[in-house]
Amino acid sequence: MKRYKKADTNAVDGISFQVKAGEFFVLLGPNGAGKTTTISILTTTLAPTSGGATIDGSDIVREASAVRRKVGIIFQRPSLDQNLTAEENIRFHAVLYGLYPYAPTYGLMHREYRAQVTELAKLLGIARDIHKPVRTFSGGMRRKLEIMRSLLHDPKVLFLDEPTAGLDVPTRRTLWEHLAEVRRTSGTTIFLTTHYLEEAEDADRVCIIDKGRVVSFGTPAEIKRDLVEDYVLVDATDRSALGAQLARPGYVTKGGPPFKVQLDGHTVHAILRSIETPLSVVRTHTPSLEDAYLEIVGASDE
Amino acid sequence: MPISRSWVQAMSEASAILVIAHRDFSKLIRDRQRMIAEFAFPVIFIGILGTSLQTGFGDRAGVNLLHFVFTGVLGMTIWQSTAQGLISLLADREQDFSQEIFVSPISRYTIILGKILGESLVALPQWLGIVIFGFVLQVPLGADQLIRMALAGIVVAFFGGAFGVLVLANLSSQRAATQIFTFVMLPQYFLAGIFNPIGHLPLPLDILSKISPMRYAVDFMRDAYYGGAGSGIPLFDTSTNFAIIGAMFVVFMVVGTFLFVRAERNR
Repeated sequence: MKRYKKADTNAVDGISFQVKAGEFFVLLGPNGAGKTTTISILTTTLAPTSGGATIDGSDIVREASAVRRKVGIIFQRPSLDQNLTAEENIRFHAVLYGLYPYAPTYGLMHREYRAQVTELAKLLGIARDIHKPVRTFSGGMRRKLEIMRSLLHDPKVLFLDEPTAGLDVPTRRTLWEHLAEVRRTSGTTIFLTTHYLEEAEDADRVCIIDKGRVVSFGTPAEIKRDLVEDYVLVDATDRSALGAQLARPGYVTKGGPPFKVQLDGHTVHAILRSIETPLSVVRTHTPSLEDAYLEIVGASDE
Repeated sequence: MPISRSWVQAMSEASAILVIAHRDFSKLIRDRQRMIAEFAFPVIFIGILGTSLQTGFGDRAGVNLLHFVFTGVLGMTIWQSTAQGLISLLADREQDFSQEIFVSPISRYTIILGKILGESLVALPQWLGIVIFGFVLQVPLGADQLIRMALAGIVVAFFGGAFGVLVLANLSSQRAATQIFTFVMLPQYFLAGIFNPIGHLPLPLDILSKISPMRYAVDFMRDAYYGGAGSGIPLFDTSTNFAIIGAMFVVFMVVGTFLFVRAERNR
């Protein structure tokens, strides 16, 4: 739980969840839901008012330094220094994480470090620009560079706080592909926050929060089941016959006529096959997760 | 091997201090606009205020007011430069590379030390710029004076940094940071006697002046230029000023860092 000083309400209020190693976890919620606060607490830049958490067995309050070593963070606001070159940004990160001792120029840095940077630049396709100021890079390239940089110290968990905010659609897509590649090759646990539902669809598990509380938690399919009401809407000229028939096979119907038959694991086909009465209306209602999500967060987004 | 491990830890913290300082300095060097802006202030003060005071009152006062203002502004600029640099740490916390520094596994003390070192390096070209400007205005500057003033500059820079830490630790928001200049810096300009003599102040002002840290930075720089209090211009001797600066430095650092580290995570 976290209540900011001078705040009347808790920014994060009794949320609790587990993320498995290697998982792609998404914390989903509208603006102001408490996503950044949650990440700040988990990455030890903010102390919780009460409660706690552990990351890879290290307590975020008592073993803050160990936790910092185990996590990588991509902030909502770009964290590259625009006046420094790409290499300098990488070098400073490497030194801050104690990977290599400091040297004032690239040439004086450890040989292994230089090999790593060369490799990295090749991977990003910026071999020629690695010694140019970051200012001259595109927004997408900067984000990729940040991700690469955050992986230098081989973190167990990579936190990304709305990494695609402010990027255009093609850039967002390439960033996404890049992230998928990172997951495949490094096996790092990814903890991502977003307010875009579509970014949660590939996740192993999703936690939806709103106003500092957990609204739903599970795999995207589970969440869908949890939040979304799937049904077939049927109607017939002979309504009483239809009503009697629907009551029989153990379907759950709501309202009617027209009747809403809950799918509940039944296929639409099976339901229709069991109805002999000629139907005048058949309409399937399988709203997208997005519809359901909007329903949850719609009120607070106003 | 606990010794070896703590040695490695110490080396990596030392590396981190250097990296933070390196970044501060590179930032300044590559930001031409800022370089120019940093010189504008002292140039206006010394060139316009110092020169006009000298031509207006100087001869009658029997003191060269251009030299007086030159030394005062030199001490003030360096002191304020590092102090402001440290205070900017607060505003920077959520910007660019600073966020990266704050989440890295280095100790908070390392951040403070790296920042003080970096901001002191940033003050260096300012020192040089002002001294060159002094030559332009034909302020007499001998080699021995320059050496003393350079050493004093280093002391004053670190002292300003310590003051910055104390202010930083007591700020809660960026809005407060923008008001610092009006309430903390500006009064000290006059209480520290950069342009005006403060040898004979009414008691309340005298008390305020004596608790103004900037006063000792300015006076220490004047000691270096004039060669101590014997010349009649600096208020205190080099050793007295140095002792006061040393004591304030320790108190500011200990209290400031303690409060800063504590406030950092309990927002």
